[in-house]
Amino acid sequence: MNLIGELFTDYTLRTVALGSAGLGLVAGALGAFAVLRRQSLLGDAVSHAALPGIVLAFMLTGSRTPLVLVLGAALAGWAASLSMMLIVRTTRIKSDTAFGLVLSTFFGLGLVLLSLVQRSAGAGQAGLDRFLFGQAATLVGDDLLTMSALGLLVLSALGLMWKEFKLLSFDPAYAGSLGLPIRALDIALTTLLVIAIVIGLQTVGVVLMSAMIVAPASAARQWTDRLGHLVLLSGLFGAASGLAGAMISSRVEHLPTGPTIILVITAITLLSLLVAPRRGVLAEALRKRRQRRQVRVDGILADLYRLAAQHADPTEAPHEVDALRAMSEGAGVRAALAKLAEGGLAAADAEGRWRLTAAGLARGREIVEGPS
Amino acid sequence: MSAPQVEILLIAMLTAAACSLVGVFLMLRRMAMISDAISHAILPGIVIAFFLTGNLASPLLVIGAALTGVLTVALVELLTRTRRMKEDAAMGLVFPALFSLGIVLITRYAGNVHLDVDAVLLGELAFAPFDRFIVGGTDLGARHIWLMGGITLVNLAAVTIFFKELKLATFDAGLAASLGLAPLLIHYGLMTLVSVTAVGAFDAVGLILVVALMVGPAAAAYLLTDRLAVLLALAVAFGMLSAALGFGMAVWLDASIAGCIAVGVGFVFLVVFLAAPGRGLLAELGRRSRQRLEFAELMLAIHLLQHEGEPDEERESRVDHLHGKHVGWTPEFTERIVSGALHRNLVERVGERLLLTEHGRLAAGRALSGAES
Repeated sequence: MNLIGELFTDYTLRTVALGSAGLGLVAGALGAFAVLRRQSLLGDAVSHAALPGIVLAFMLTGSRTPLVLVLGAALAGWAASLSMMLIVRTTRIKSDTAFGLVLSTFFGLGLVLLSLVQRSAGAGQAGLDRFLFGQAATLVGDDLLTMSALGLLVLSALGLMWKEFKLLSFDPAYAGSLGLPIRALDIALTTLLVIAIVIGLQTVGVVLMSAMIVAPASAARQWTDRLGHLVLLSGLFGAASGLAGAMISSRVEHLPTGPTIILVITAITLLSLLVAPRRGVLAEALRKRRQRRQVRVDGILADLYRLAAQHADPTEAPHEVDALRAMSEGAGVRAALAKLAEGGLAAADAEGRWRLTAAGLARGREIVEGPS
Repeated sequence: MSAPQVEILLIAMLTAAACSLVGVFLMLRRMAMISDAISHAILPGIVIAFFLTGNLASPLLVIGAALTGVLTVALVELLTRTRRMKEDAAMGLVFPALFSLGIVLITRYAGNVHLDVDAVLLGELAFAPFDRFIVGGTDLGARHIWLMGGITLVNLAAVTIFFKELKLATFDAGLAASLGLAPLLIHYGLMTLVSVTAVGAFDAVGLILVVALMVGPAAAAYLLTDRLAVLLALAVAFGMLSAALGFGMAVWLDASIAGCIAVGVGFVFLVVFLAAPGRGLLAELGRRSRQRLEFAELMLAIHLLQHEGEPDEERESRVDHLHGKHVGWTPEFTERIVSGALHRNLVERVGERLLLTEHGRLAAGRALSGAES
């Protein structure tokens, strides 16, 4: 395919695709923990709150080096998450309100600073605008270097403290009783999440970054119950959507990269919700239908047993289908009887009347009178 | 102030009032983040309604786009009900997806029309006075004054008429249902108000300010009162105050008006958070230190009671003994505790010694027996 070839030859496409895939990988892996710990909206709050940090870093240093801006963003995001914790701990305000308040105030501050920079520095601020919605097309080799360095840092920290983070996510009380520093671990994991978010800001922007945290993990959660698989799969989904989004938007005119990536990962998530084996909505519907059918078959067998039990020789007494219909509500009597015949539990005679086999009699007794 | 500035201020304050009224209920129902979700998710609704009506000012657009907001809530609930996603994750999935859809629609199909992604998010209050409401050739003022004034009136009317229903459904949904009040209807009614308010406000003040004005003033007011009616009034007052403060700051700094108002919201909250009587941070710190002192004074009384009539009473009841190794208080702290205990009439001072008063003996005895039972 031509597009794959371009991926190796076209510098811009390669940079954008690699950057998007990398951000998806890191955000997906860290997002798994955020979703498990019910901190999905933290991503939204932190990514909005990063804006004043980015602008302030630029104002203070006059530099647009990715590393400087990313550091500013991380500090602001961190300050925002600490403010939220403080409000929730010291007042009766609940976390949702604290999130909304901190998110909008920080973002507002970012806008104020941005408008000040815009006025004083003129066109010089062009590089800051892209953090709002992200402009993957402006990614260059330098950005890629910063992103991969930070991404590697985050992923290796995750690997090093894997056991601790796992315990923190599933049973913090137990982790505490083992003597693990819960608060410090909590802050460490939140810090990693902040860095993961900040990596993505340049590509998908502060508004959409929350989806990169939530969606891959939500999709992966449908396929597995194991944390290791979850983090791996979530990272893979994130990377795949980043790659696919970048390639699709390079092919179609006027299709911004960030939103395309988000739409791809949303589609992956919805698909996972539907078709995942065991946890999927379709799988559950099938399972329920099978169960309903089995209950019906057992019910008919029980009815047949009750009729047969009134005769001296239970297996030799045939009964009309209508008699069975009269005994229970609902359709599907014939289908249930056919199922019983298939299992060798009942048999029909030439006139279409039904009687239990020896096996059916035993099974019927079990259902009606309980296991012996 | 020039005439356009007055109009901008009026729009900002009306928007603040409309947002605060519904925001109080969002906060009380622990759904504050739904303001964030709805305000972003209405974007595709706005774009599609704009394609259909061709007019950003059309009331049809407001209603059509508001439907998207209600749809968002329904989608989040649908996803949550599958029990495969928690509510916060469902919200975090739905609104960026709809917002992305909106951006794609704008960039692909609305390139040549007056609908700008930046403006949607950040607002263009400075341009709002250019958008006039003209009937039969007469200029009746900026269109947004009428739009936000109308929405404020609708919200006010809804909150006043359904005050009892909203109150009951918010604080005791079970009781509301058993009285036949249909909490689901009230829930979706509220969501409709939130959506209409967000749509009305978006192109004047921007989405982020909608979130700030819905959440911030309500949160600040919540630190000051327990009564719903007072809460609503205070929230509206705080909202309008934030808008005025923010506008003043924007004029002074020549900076983004929406951004400044959001900062104003944060500032008002911060002041209340620090200084609120009873629930503020300062009051809380004061209460904690007062409790520490009262506890120490009681400990002093108990200490004296334990040694009363013992051979070492003479030594143990001396003031300078208290900050020795036995109790371990610093001399300054001892001084404060002793004067506090004297003030509360727990002890009396005889030379270098402290003696329990009758009141002090009773208080110490009560504390001890309370601790034992």
